[in-house]
Amino acid sequence: MLKYFRGKKNLQLFGLIGPGALWMLILFNLPILIVLFISLVERGRAGGVKLPPVYTLENYTQFFNACATEFSGPGCDPLLYIGIFGNSVRIGLIVTLWCILLGYPLSYFIAKQKPLWRDALMILVIIPFWTNFLVRTYALKQVLATEGLFNSFLMSLGLINQPLDLLFNEFAVVVGLIYGYLPFAILPMYASIEKFDHTLMEAAADLGAPPWRSFLRVMLPMTMPGVVAALVLVFVPVVGAFITPDIMGGGKVEMIGTLINRQFGVARNWPFGSAMSLILMVLVLVGVIYYFRSSTEETRRAM
Amino acid sequence: MASEFAVEMQDVVKQFITPEGGILAAVNHVTMQIKDGEFFSLLGPSGCGKTTSLRMIAGFELPTSGKILIHGKDVSQVSAFQRPVNTVFQQYALFPHMTVEQNIGFGLEMKGVPRAERSKRVSEALEMVRLPGMEMRRPKQLSGGQQQRIALARALINKPEVLLLDEPLGALDLKLRKEMQLELKTLQREVGITFIYVTHDQEEALTMSDRIAVMSKGVALQIGLPEEIYERPATKFVADFIGETNFLDGVVRAQNGTIVEIDLPSSGMVQVESSRKFTNGQQVSVAVRPEKLTLNKTVTDGNNLKGRVEEVIYIGTDTHYGVRFGGSHKVRVREQNVTQGHKELAKTGDEVTVSFTRTSPRILTE
Repeated sequence: MLKYFRGKKNLQLFGLIGPGALWMLILFNLPILIVLFISLVERGRAGGVKLPPVYTLENYTQFFNACATEFSGPGCDPLLYIGIFGNSVRIGLIVTLWCILLGYPLSYFIAKQKPLWRDALMILVIIPFWTNFLVRTYALKQVLATEGLFNSFLMSLGLINQPLDLLFNEFAVVVGLIYGYLPFAILPMYASIEKFDHTLMEAAADLGAPPWRSFLRVMLPMTMPGVVAALVLVFVPVVGAFITPDIMGGGKVEMIGTLINRQFGVARNWPFGSAMSLILMVLVLVGVIYYFRSSTEETRRAM
Repeated sequence: MASEFAVEMQDVVKQFITPEGGILAAVNHVTMQIKDGEFFSLLGPSGCGKTTSLRMIAGFELPTSGKILIHGKDVSQVSAFQRPVNTVFQQYALFPHMTVEQNIGFGLEMKGVPRAERSKRVSEALEMVRLPGMEMRRPKQLSGGQQQRIALARALINKPEVLLLDEPLGALDLKLRKEMQLELKTLQREVGITFIYVTHDQEEALTMSDRIAVMSKGVALQIGLPEEIYERPATKFVADFIGETNFLDGVVRAQNGTIVEIDLPSSGMVQVESSRKFTNGQQVSVAVRPEKLTLNKTVTDGNNLKGRVEEVIYIGTDTHYGVRFGGSHKVRVREQNVTQGHKELAKTGDEVTVSFTRTSPRILTE
């Protein structure tokens, strides 16, 4: 370590990255340590933790066995929390898949435009960020409501007689999450596709590859870094989302994020909430790292 | 084969919409026939339509009108991936995420050739371009010259009916380019495949080609053997683009059989042999190559014009003399430095006689 700082270059480098590193240390890593501490102690009666701290692993066992608590009674489902976690992962995968399926062609379309038009379209993609996420989610809720824009539109066209139940179900949550996270998928995929040399598609066609094979063998592998980045940027926050499932699901769609949120609110069980946060973090991290390594190994070697 | 021609372009037009909204004819009514097994070059400056023509033969662009035939079969509306041609791209366009073996084997893979046979034929192709054992490399690990050979192998392994080459040597340095020119020519003779070669380098075209089409502004001005193009250029553009040419503008005064008398105002009268008919008073240009002019060596039965030396340029193999005649006419005379120890034939300011035979110039009207 000391030897590392002996070089003047390395000292300069430290001067440059130091402030950022310090910021991450205090405002990111330290809070995680606090969360870790809370997850390992017993809960206080009115929220917070019991003081002086009593150390326990119960908060973790409770996640894997929901019936291992003092409150559990008959008819208790031991896999309750695992099930909710699985549901979050499932919704996360559905939303991620849709974001990539919708975002890829759109990114391609934008990347193919003339520079001026391209910039204008990219601004349109980014514009929603200028409005608060909560406000946008409430707005989308109004669109999908029983007497909302979408239902009124379909009824006025005479396509339906009864308004469709579009809110407070998984469909609404998925739509809300796709709406919220599509730009996060578009930005990295656009960056990859824009850099892609289209002559390679001509080369593939020249060698006898029909368009779909050219896409699968050449364009997709070469833009894979963008797709993987999109996947991570969408999947990770969506699995832990709590605002959208709360508003669009109306309490009927339980995700791990809403569950954790509740522990710090009405349930007043900070230690259990902390334990679930860390479990979520570790599981998502492991999954993403595994996927990242396996899918980019090929591309990374070529770049 | 259905036709003796590998490729035929019949009255092909390709129009593009310019950013300003106008219409640009990149290729304007081009008709040419490329024989089977021929090394055919499309030569011209950038923007002349040579690359667009090649791209239409490859199928990357579809003609606005006209027909393209490959071995007698109309492929005008056939997609690139279904045409029996392969291309060597200007920047090679090797797939960076694949190994050399996967790159070269790509065409065979698309045809469904089994892996074992593919692998065998890839190593044969690598032998052919003298890069054996490179299978597992990635394109970015190769030099420009090596990438060039891989691109060539990737195209030739498919045994195309026609190989299209889009300025394939443009990115190489001069020495390597000269080597590759000879190598390409040898390779073409060995495999016997028709090559269509796009270049803006006239020397390259003359060295390698069986026939050349000189293009300018979307039009094929002249199609012929290298020596025809050089010795008997059809237009001033061709004469000027291929090698160096002196143009002496004048007026036809008389024609006796094949001898045309042309008045070069204030410079004198010249006699030029031509089988074509000219009318008296017609404005023409006498085009004559610098190496066909001699300094102070008068010819009988030829043209001897008096002038003054304006510049002397020594360039090693030759010495160039810039000579001005009485009027506005100025020529460049090239004398080879054949004797040991360089000795100038004239100095700046000297009065000299510039001579040429009746048969050396061409009379050009456009």
